[in-house]
Amino acid sequence: MAGPGVAAYLILSVILFATGAFGVLIRRSPLIVLLALEIMLNAGNLALIAFARQTGTGSGQIFALTVMVVAAAEAVVGLGLIVAISRRHVELDVDKLTTLRG
Amino acid sequence: MEEFLTWVVWVLAALSLLTSGIAVVLFQNPFYSALALIGNLASLAVLYLLLAAEFVAAAQVLVYAGAVVVMFLFVIAYLGGRADAPWAGRPSLQSLAAIVAAAAIAVEVVVVVALKAGDQLSTPAEIEDGFGTPAEIGRLFLGDHLLAFEVTSIVLLVAAVGGVILGSAVPKESRG
Repeated sequence: MAGPGVAAYLILSVILFATGAFGVLIRRSPLIVLLALEIMLNAGNLALIAFARQTGTGSGQIFALTVMVVAAAEAVVGLGLIVAISRRHVELDVDKLTTLRG
Repeated sequence: MEEFLTWVVWVLAALSLLTSGIAVVLFQNPFYSALALIGNLASLAVLYLLLAAEFVAAAQVLVYAGAVVVMFLFVIAYLGGRADAPWAGRPSLQSLAAIVAAAAIAVEVVVVVALKAGDQLSTPAEIEDGFGTPAEIGRLFLGDHLLAFEVTSIVLLVAAVGGVILGSAVPKESRG
């Protein structure tokens, strides 16, 4: 293929995943934690599609599409939870949502 | 010439991918974060095109930039989108630990991939013209990966029902 090889895409994917993981760890607004989770899932997708191109089989792309569906479902349920939390007039801060802490 | 142009597109897409990713994480206002995520997803779609995944690139723009981000923007607008400074109100030790953890994940993945597959990554396979087209994806989805296709529909149904239930349930204490 023309242009950079699969290793370049993998490096990009790793940096993107680390950015997303950093966002999940550092942010307290659950909305932005969900956005950072989407970034992490997309970094995984980039690696899957780079490997699909590397091996020349389409299965990696199928896997990426499935991950996309899971990400959409996760966003629906996550946003539903956030709306439900805000209805109870609890502050939207992942450090203060400690009801389930053991 | 084609090689050079591909590199130019790749570098531009990669820079835009990383800067918009960092912007999503560091913007104080969730509204701006969601808008930066659109840039992130669009640059990813460009990279998918470079990797001969036309259908996935189109689905990425439609499903993510079109549907998921719009849903995020609706919820952020509904909740008022209060600003939340990424660095404020936390011990600096926690911020440092977050940076170290993220960097550790990156280094671990690079080391493992380089050790396990370093010599197999240099020569990509030859692909046919149909690779990554909707026809090929459809053939794979309804042939080799039919179970994944069916499970996907159930996952989407369950998520839709869950979203409706979470969104419509009114907590007992605030009822009339």
